[in-house]
Amino acid sequence: MSAISDPISEEMMQAELLRLVTAGSVDDGKSTLIGRLLYDTKQILADQMEAIEETSQRRGDGYVNLALLTDGLRAEREQGITIDVAYRSFVTPRRRFQLADAPGHVQYTRNMVTGASTAHVAVILVDARNGVVEQTRRHSYIAAMLEIPHIVVAVNKMDLVDFSQERFAEIEADLRELADALGLHDMRAIPMSALRGDNVVEAGDGMPWWTGPTLLEHLETLDISADKNLEDRRFPVQWVIRPMADEFHDYRGYAGQVAGGVWRPGDEVVVLPSGRRSRVAAVETLDGELEAVAAPLSVTIRLEDDVDVGRGDMLADPDRAPIVARELTAKLCWMSERPLEGRATLGIKHTTRNVRAIVDELVSVVDITTLVDQPSPSKLELNDLAVVKLRLSEPLAVDTFSRNRATGAFILIDESTNETVGAGMILEAS
Amino acid sequence: MTALTQPHVLSHLDELEAEAIHIIREIAAERERPVLLFSGGKDSIVLLRLAEKAFRPGKFPFPVMHVDTGHNFAEVVEYRDRRVAELGERLIVASVQESIDKGRAVEQTGPRASRNQLQTVTLLDAIQEHQFDAAMGGARRDEEKARAKERIFSFRDDFGQWNPRAQRPELWNLYNARIRKGEQIRVFPISNWTELDVWQYVARENLELPSIYFSHKREVFRRDNMLYAVSPYVERLPGEDPFEIDVRFRTVGDMTCTGGVESTASTIDQVVAEIAATRITERGETRADDRVSEAAMEDRKRVGYF
Repeated sequence: MSAISDPISEEMMQAELLRLVTAGSVDDGKSTLIGRLLYDTKQILADQMEAIEETSQRRGDGYVNLALLTDGLRAEREQGITIDVAYRSFVTPRRRFQLADAPGHVQYTRNMVTGASTAHVAVILVDARNGVVEQTRRHSYIAAMLEIPHIVVAVNKMDLVDFSQERFAEIEADLRELADALGLHDMRAIPMSALRGDNVVEAGDGMPWWTGPTLLEHLETLDISADKNLEDRRFPVQWVIRPMADEFHDYRGYAGQVAGGVWRPGDEVVVLPSGRRSRVAAVETLDGELEAVAAPLSVTIRLEDDVDVGRGDMLADPDRAPIVARELTAKLCWMSERPLEGRATLGIKHTTRNVRAIVDELVSVVDITTLVDQPSPSKLELNDLAVVKLRLSEPLAVDTFSRNRATGAFILIDESTNETVGAGMILEAS
Repeated sequence: MTALTQPHVLSHLDELEAEAIHIIREIAAERERPVLLFSGGKDSIVLLRLAEKAFRPGKFPFPVMHVDTGHNFAEVVEYRDRRVAELGERLIVASVQESIDKGRAVEQTGPRASRNQLQTVTLLDAIQEHQFDAAMGGARRDEEKARAKERIFSFRDDFGQWNPRAQRPELWNLYNARIRKGEQIRVFPISNWTELDVWQYVARENLELPSIYFSHKREVFRRDNMLYAVSPYVERLPGEDPFEIDVRFRTVGDMTCTGGVESTASTIDQVVAEIAATRITERGETRADDRVSEAAMEDRKRVGYF
């Protein structure tokens, strides 16, 4: 575990969960940064430390290679690369962190998209010697596309530029330009040296000119509760609870995970896509009835009327209802080795609803090096980021992705292989 | 009613619980024949509570299955039977002894013999016999490096094998549970929990655990710096003399490969305080099966180990 003195104190039990994704390549020192975060927050235990000391020695690294902490699979250790998203956790007295570590190479765009999909914060690595490069733009673009609310740019290897404040200021200026271009509202840079530990957890002595927080301090104090959509009530029905037992003879509960808004007993409800109306009789869990719930709690909602509701239906606020759509324009990350061609038919999963979609039009594809849209591609290849138009076999109750990440997202499924082949973010719906 | 003045500010336990309940409901909704694997350990006890939270006041839409090596701690087997009966759910016991009797598995011999690896055969046979298409388990990503890269919905081919290079991307909370006939899914609803989260949840939910998690007097012997319970299932080597000591166990695996730690901790608070002070991981400390090689878990998973 960790060097936490009283793990089941009230404070520790109430700690918020912060999900972050890290993006960067081996060369930027990403594995070292994560190793440093884990090591300096005392998450590394004796046997893990022994194992990496032994491996470092065997490989002739010449120092305890903290990067080894995160390279999980044998193939990766042998090749010295990271091939898939790894998830790990660490905890401080202030917060519980869930970290998705995504490899940064071009061909792994789909991994970053995967790791970033649930993140509150993206930590993007930059090598202070190289500054803002093509890869930085790409990672920032993906973070913006996935509507990650907060971005931290870890300007690493400051020790290799003599901890120069001027160099950092140059990079910061380039980042500001990038943030403006991509519409990123909260992007901030922190200068650091993961190898030495400066400004990761502790300030260190390399950069006395830096008066901002260390990376950990920043992650511990970011306000993430304000990121939630509390305005538009959304509740995709996942499961209908009907006990059929004598004591619960007429019980009908709609189980699911709140996807938006604050739900209270008495709230007006529209059931979509049918359009039937009712009112919330109770919001409850195993522990009893609740006065108010918000995303992402898993609860059961009972309605006052015996309306026909099943899995895949969406309960919503009738005054701020989602769009019941037959056609979607969406940003798409294509994740399959098999290219996507126009007119293809695919399975689509949106909230708890599975329907089918026909690709009506490949509108544009992003040139990943220049980030410029190229119109009307003939097909999409693995890792392409594109805009597409889809026609649906049955209506979906959707929001735009910028309005609600839960009801604005979907995945595409190849119905012949069952593979997940695309990640979609809704731009427009009708 | 519980007053929630700030419904949007949640603890990590609330978030992790909500995520796990969502996963359990998804697999129940999207697969025809799921099963919940239950070992009697703290992780699967948490899983049982999460299943209650997912479906009460209804019944679980799946049975509970224990792969019984026949070398389990008696306290754990007693706990299993009582707990599942209290819940009023259906229990299936898949027996390693039966696999051996049928000639499906060959018992290891000698002082280091363990039935731990034979569980894989029994598990795969039981999955086939009952035609389960999805098996939920209490594995966590913080247990081991290979697990850190495994998806929550983890696909197995006809041979029960895991292919780490061909994992489906997992986005948002949208799980793709589609499979072909003969394939199965392993589902890990508490993937993102840590050992500390589990203990905090056990404390918060006031969950009962098998008594071996707490300090008790037991006859043990020392091997490879671990304390093993004296039992008819483990042959002692010369010099491995038994002695009585206050001991507790940090996991509840097969008696042949589960080591205990010397302890006087008799409450959850005391156990957690001790664990927090320990500088060794759960598996490294008490699981002989993971000590064999650095890639031990990865190898076992490839051949169908849970």
